[in-house]
Amino acid sequence: MEAQLNELKTEALEKIKAATNVKELTAVRVAYLGKKGPITDLLKGMGKLPAEERPKMGALVNVVREEVTAQLEERMVILEEQAINEKLQSETIDITLPGRPVKTGNAHPLTRVVEEIEDLFISMGYEVEEGPEVEKDYYNFEALNLPKGHPARDMQDSFYISEDILLRTHTSPVQARTMEAKGGEPIKIICPGKVYRRDNDDATHSHQFTQIEGLVIGEDIRMSDLKGTLSVFAKKMFGDDREIRLRPSFFPFTEPSVEMDISCFKCGGEGCNVCKKTGWIEILGAGMVHPNVLEMAGYDSKRLTGFAFGMGPERIAMLKYGIEDIRHFYTNDVRFLSQFERTEV
Amino acid sequence: MLVSIKWLKEYVNTQDLPPAELGEKITRSGIEVDAVIDRSEGLSNIVVGYVESCEKHPEADKLAICQVNVGGTVDQIICGAPNIAAGQHVIVARPGATLPGGMKIKKAKLRGEESNGMICSLQELGIEGKLVPKAYAEGIYVLPENAEVGSDVLTNFDLDDTVLELGLTPNRADAMSMLGVAYEVGAILEEEVKLPEITYKEAEDKASSMLTLHIDSPEDNPLYVAKVVRGIEVKESPMWLQQRLMASGVRPHNNVVDITNYVLMEYGQPLHAFDYDLLETGNITVRHAKTDELITTLDGNERKLSLNNLVITNGKKPVALAGVMGGANAEVSKDTTTIVIESAYFASGSIRQTSKEHNLRSDASSRYEKGVDPNRVIPAAERAAQLLSEIAGGEVLAGSVIFDQLKREERIVKVSPDFINSRLGMKIRFDDMLGILNRLQFKTEAMNNQLVISVPTRRQDIQIEEDIIEEIARLYGYDEIPSTLPETATTPGGLSPYQLKRRIVRSYLEGAGLLQATTYSLTSEKSATQFAMKHTELTRLLMPMSEERSTLRQSLLPHLLESVTYNTARRTDSVALYETGSVFLKGHDELLNEEEHVAVAMTGLWLDNSWQGEKKAVDFFVLKGIVEGLGDKLGIALDFERGEMDGLHPGRTAYITLDGHRIGIIGQLHPSEQKVRDLKTTIVMELSLAELFKEHTGPLKYTQVPRYPSITRDIALVLSKIVEAGTIEKLIRSAGGKLLKDVRVFDLYEGDNLEAGKKSVAFSLTYFDPEKTLTDEEVTAAHEKVVARLKDSGAELRS
Repeated sequence: MEAQLNELKTEALEKIKAATNVKELTAVRVAYLGKKGPITDLLKGMGKLPAEERPKMGALVNVVREEVTAQLEERMVILEEQAINEKLQSETIDITLPGRPVKTGNAHPLTRVVEEIEDLFISMGYEVEEGPEVEKDYYNFEALNLPKGHPARDMQDSFYISEDILLRTHTSPVQARTMEAKGGEPIKIICPGKVYRRDNDDATHSHQFTQIEGLVIGEDIRMSDLKGTLSVFAKKMFGDDREIRLRPSFFPFTEPSVEMDISCFKCGGEGCNVCKKTGWIEILGAGMVHPNVLEMAGYDSKRLTGFAFGMGPERIAMLKYGIEDIRHFYTNDVRFLSQFERTEV
Repeated sequence: MLVSIKWLKEYVNTQDLPPAELGEKITRSGIEVDAVIDRSEGLSNIVVGYVESCEKHPEADKLAICQVNVGGTVDQIICGAPNIAAGQHVIVARPGATLPGGMKIKKAKLRGEESNGMICSLQELGIEGKLVPKAYAEGIYVLPENAEVGSDVLTNFDLDDTVLELGLTPNRADAMSMLGVAYEVGAILEEEVKLPEITYKEAEDKASSMLTLHIDSPEDNPLYVAKVVRGIEVKESPMWLQQRLMASGVRPHNNVVDITNYVLMEYGQPLHAFDYDLLETGNITVRHAKTDELITTLDGNERKLSLNNLVITNGKKPVALAGVMGGANAEVSKDTTTIVIESAYFASGSIRQTSKEHNLRSDASSRYEKGVDPNRVIPAAERAAQLLSEIAGGEVLAGSVIFDQLKREERIVKVSPDFINSRLGMKIRFDDMLGILNRLQFKTEAMNNQLVISVPTRRQDIQIEEDIIEEIARLYGYDEIPSTLPETATTPGGLSPYQLKRRIVRSYLEGAGLLQATTYSLTSEKSATQFAMKHTELTRLLMPMSEERSTLRQSLLPHLLESVTYNTARRTDSVALYETGSVFLKGHDELLNEEEHVAVAMTGLWLDNSWQGEKKAVDFFVLKGIVEGLGDKLGIALDFERGEMDGLHPGRTAYITLDGHRIGIIGQLHPSEQKVRDLKTTIVMELSLAELFKEHTGPLKYTQVPRYPSITRDIALVLSKIVEAGTIEKLIRSAGGKLLKDVRVFDLYEGDNLEAGKKSVAFSLTYFDPEKTLTDEEVTAAHEKVVARLKDSGAELRS
């Protein structure tokens, strides 16, 4: 019987070794260790042995069973791993195929520029004020030191709806309205919005465009405060190494009036096609609020002073992104709009 | 304003600065120099030639063979100009010469004949055609007889000059003259200004013996000076005068007209010359025109006048539209021998009105509109008299005929140095301030720590203290201003709730896959009200530039759809755009009710993942889902009720409602609208943000995460097709009791297995009790109530 047992063991171990997959090995387990297997049969047949041989035989059978079981388990681990590997192998995908697209939209480039400017000034304590696009002549012109018949009205050819109502030609009426509403109190606002002028649409003109203006009124606001504020703006918007320069200019609602240039962000001031070889790029107009404007809105211009500035997001976007035609902003070509998706951070 | 530097040097020392540097200095201190134009750019080897003979080319009708003395040698040159003739002094570009645009002159053979250079027109030297004297507009330019043969044309005829193009702001009317620019440059460079010396010999006869003057409207014409000059020979002006005018952008005509233009450019004072004999009456009367009075102006147009227009008359009929343009009836011609020179001060408002009324702008009117220097009216007349006597051989009658009620005192502005420094945030020394005012030639006294400044009348723009601040700051240099930040109380800053919500809407829609578009507010009358939710009167512009941009929009969709078509026409088949912007509705007062809306238009594929076999075209429910999500984002429960609108599919349109109030519309474009717009299936939506944002959703509060499981039961119903799922859903919710937490449609079937006119809708009902785990019995009890209610309402349960 012992010989029979050893033979069985050898046979089982060989079969274990020969099994090439989990299924075959499971069959081996069932065949040798299962309830109907030869080892179980041997154990069952022990009853026929003389009583003194039983413990020895029992131990022997157990040793064989344990060894077969151990070998089988060991083999099972290997085959299972092999099976997993085969499965993984068969599941390999072409990871270069495109992913399932996530549909994303994005803001219009003008919104992008306006919001960037808004956020910058909000961080400096400004509030955002808006006003009507169809405006009274009073707020658009008169309250801004542009009485009827003033030659500077020609600078802004307007769309009138009636003698006293027009499409605003700039966002400055929002300043006039805010000043009137604040009744002599300090102000710190930024005013974005659409404006309209009688221009034929071409690559550099648009009858509708956007502006964003700022106004600060308080005690002892100085021209140096305007320069400092614009300098912060220029550096944040166009890069830390930007320099600014002010040039005298004229706006009826400010005195003194200036235009601000920034050192060219493309060539750094060397001269290139963006700055037209001058090293400087004109960015905005600004000035100290004209005393007439303050007085008309009920401010004591001896006690409170202020500065204002205004710029065109179209121009800034065109410079910043190198856009060649202002009409792109209003045509809404998807191939144009979708270029303004990614962050620049 | 175009400023010839050569000419400018007559009045002020420009310190021989290179033109670009001078331009930069002018720009930095006040007046923007838009361009620095080198008149000799690209020109070389251009000499005076004398045409000794001129014969027809044997092989070409239009060409002439000329023998031209170019100084020392006589060269044969072929010329095609119609006005070439022997005995002319001409401009010759010799072989090796260059002309603007990079043209190089070489020896050549033209139809077998040798040509050693080119005889040039002024256009070929880079002068704009509209500035070339009419006599030479179609051919070569003929130089005066005294031109030295072989000499350099550029240096002899002032073409070696640079012109500064000034971009003048409306306040700097003072710089619309060479003298004004000279004062500005003098202030910048700290140089004196030399005024022209005016001397000429007067005749014994007095001007008043030939001319009488009557001013009928002194308020609009407080000063009028007339001089009479006789014995004039009207001819071409000398070269220097022609060149200066052309450099200033003025076309030379004849010596009389050229002199009035020259003085206009020099003094900024408009002048007019009348033919004395054509004036007929020896009288000048200035008055307002009579209604419907007629005048033919120098441009050949007959104009019907109004009471607003100031006219110069001969006592009977108008001979000029005052300050704007002369009349054809007293125009100076080559037969003129005696002229009246007018120099006057006309009120800017009057000229502005006339100029606007007749849509007529001239060099004169643009200066009057902005205000001329009252102290230059008389000197300008004298200057013209001098030039007429020097250049046109005229004899100037003694004295002037003059009407003068014009006040012309200098304005006094007082300002304290402390005020100046506090407004600028600077510490400019008192002496420096005085020095700058001195450079500007503003007479200044210091009294009681105040500067008392007399502003010359040429600077009408200087009126208040702040104007003085600007003058001082700009000449001191804006670069010297330090950079500070306002020392005001810190304010929090930020967006209003409305602005914040608008940003949320934008970023949500962008996250949902829509691109933001921006379209025009002005549209055609026809499309202004299309898709408008509220119908109000149209708002039209008084003077639109085109019908396409004549009326304010009442809906965003027409233009947004145009943008969609623009894209599909360029083979972008899938387009999903949104826009936020105002629509303009008639309001209660004169201003409009501007209501901000958001609109969406989408067409083509919504999902395109072709290689995995996933493709989904946009449909009503894609956009509805976006709108529902928007409501969730804002914490607002939006509802949808069946709706209708012209241009939308009658069965696929819904109103978007909030608390039973319609605030928007959503739908598929009507097939015929799609066809008109050349679009495939297109879904649109427009919603009033103003209405949407009225709802304040308040603070967000957390509800405990459920600790007990929920239980789901499904019901499938067979319904008549006309019954809306929404109705059934409401029924289920009302019958479900407090344990029913959610109802969702999870299947819709309208296929063959059903009776005609029926559909099957399956709902999934979620029951949940926050307090405990629900038992099967509890759920069954609640669910049976729902089933019973559905049966009562006639719905058929599907097994």
